[in-house]
Amino acid sequence: MEDFFGSVGRFVIRWLQYVGEVVLLLAETLKQMRRPPRMRHVFSQMAHLGADSLPIVGLTLLFTGMVMTLQIAHEFIRFGAQSTIGGVIAIAVGRELGPVLVGVVAAGRVGSAITAEISTMKVTEQIDALRVMATSPIGYLIVPRMIACMAMVPVLTIFGDVIGILGGWLIAVGWSGISSYLYWNSITTFAVVHDITGGLVKAAVFGMFIAVLGCYCGLKAPAGAEGVGVATTRSVVSAIIVIFIMNCFLSLILYK
Amino acid sequence: MIELKHVDKSFGHKEVLRDVGFRVEDGETLALIGGSGSGKSTLLRLMIGLDRPTSGEIWVNGTEITQLDEEELDEVRLSMGMVFQYSALFDSMTVGDNVAFGLREHTDYPEEKIREIIKEKLKLVGLPDAADMMPGELSGGMKKRVSLARALAFGPSIIFYDEPDSGLDPVMTKKIGELIISTQKATGVTSVVVTHDMETACFVADRIAMLYEGEIIALEKTETFRRLRDPRVRDFLRGFAIEEGDLARDK
Repeated sequence: MEDFFGSVGRFVIRWLQYVGEVVLLLAETLKQMRRPPRMRHVFSQMAHLGADSLPIVGLTLLFTGMVMTLQIAHEFIRFGAQSTIGGVIAIAVGRELGPVLVGVVAAGRVGSAITAEISTMKVTEQIDALRVMATSPIGYLIVPRMIACMAMVPVLTIFGDVIGILGGWLIAVGWSGISSYLYWNSITTFAVVHDITGGLVKAAVFGMFIAVLGCYCGLKAPAGAEGVGVATTRSVVSAIIVIFIMNCFLSLILYK
Repeated sequence: MIELKHVDKSFGHKEVLRDVGFRVEDGETLALIGGSGSGKSTLLRLMIGLDRPTSGEIWVNGTEITQLDEEELDEVRLSMGMVFQYSALFDSMTVGDNVAFGLREHTDYPEEKIREIIKEKLKLVGLPDAADMMPGELSGGMKKRVSLARALAFGPSIIFYDEPDSGLDPVMTKKIGELIISTQKATGVTSVVVTHDMETACFVADRIAMLYEGEIIALEKTETFRRLRDPRVRDFLRGFAIEEGDLARDK
């Protein structure tokens, strides 16, 4: 029994320490964002983290939009609600599926890349070299990545939203026999701009957490090649968990 | 000038350094020697402010650095350079960009002047044509030399060398040793060289300090260090690792 409570206690302490350290890193990063960022680094990170993720985001949202329409179209037609299909897809993609799926894809692709790069820099003493040369690793490495993620995850989400809605249209028109006019008219009737903008706010928050967790896990990577792998896995898993939890709270706040 | 007073460092319950104190004069080269795990690299990290001691004072050029925050430490670090054990070159940048890193971060020098400094520092370390190469194209010895050029670029008054001879063949070790001496002569820089190699220490240093289980057990001029009678120093001088000596005695 003592062992059980001991393990639970140690787990809770470790978890609280982890959360505390991430929050402190986030606070320090936000503090350093007040200074003018190194725009060259921000743009190169945006190209690296954002543009390269377009194909996988497109593919994910295309098939998600298609399969979702496939599942709902039959039922909606049965109840004579085919005129709402486009709106339902647009709202679902804009509010939830777009930001969450893009967040998960970015956590896997971008978060892991950030962690692998920073943990390798740590293992090879490059982070120490930055500090020795009077350069803050937070300002030099984390701030540009955070700005890039906070800007590019929403951009990817807009792209994903469009592709997801187009995927829905493909199935609605090509498979379920709904007219194209009805699909687009339904979107303009039921969906509002806030469905999309709220999703973009979520995407920016997810981008912030993907960057800070990716950087944190990289900076805390255990020594050696195995450490890089461990840190990368930890970063992706943490970011995905945080995205799902944050998504719930953000939905409660943004769409009450 | 660097001065350490009663410096202790512990990681959790493990005491790594105990009551360490010494002084390195301006323009002097001090070698810190000791076996693996004796605390040499930890001591070096404390002197450059990468870690903080558990207690004690560390003075660098008249500033006590243990109580400074990171921004204040950065001011002090601008007068220091470091050559890392594995060079720690930024592998996404060319050699020239590595050397120019500090200048681009902390000065408003025009690009022309920065290029001149890159050329001058690379020439000083014997690599005048390496500016456009990537770190991945360099041998271990060349990386060490680029690391030294990067450390020198900002014109520091103190340079720390962390195991400058590790992973190098004897010929390259000798060359790096000669480079440490010629750099000191050319720039008058104060140097602290951490090494486990007695030959390197004797070759480059004015004085040698020996760490054993976290304590300084000897600090002598190079010429008198070899004559010390302390059995732990004798073991090291005979080329035995301290741990192996202990094992032999235990048997």
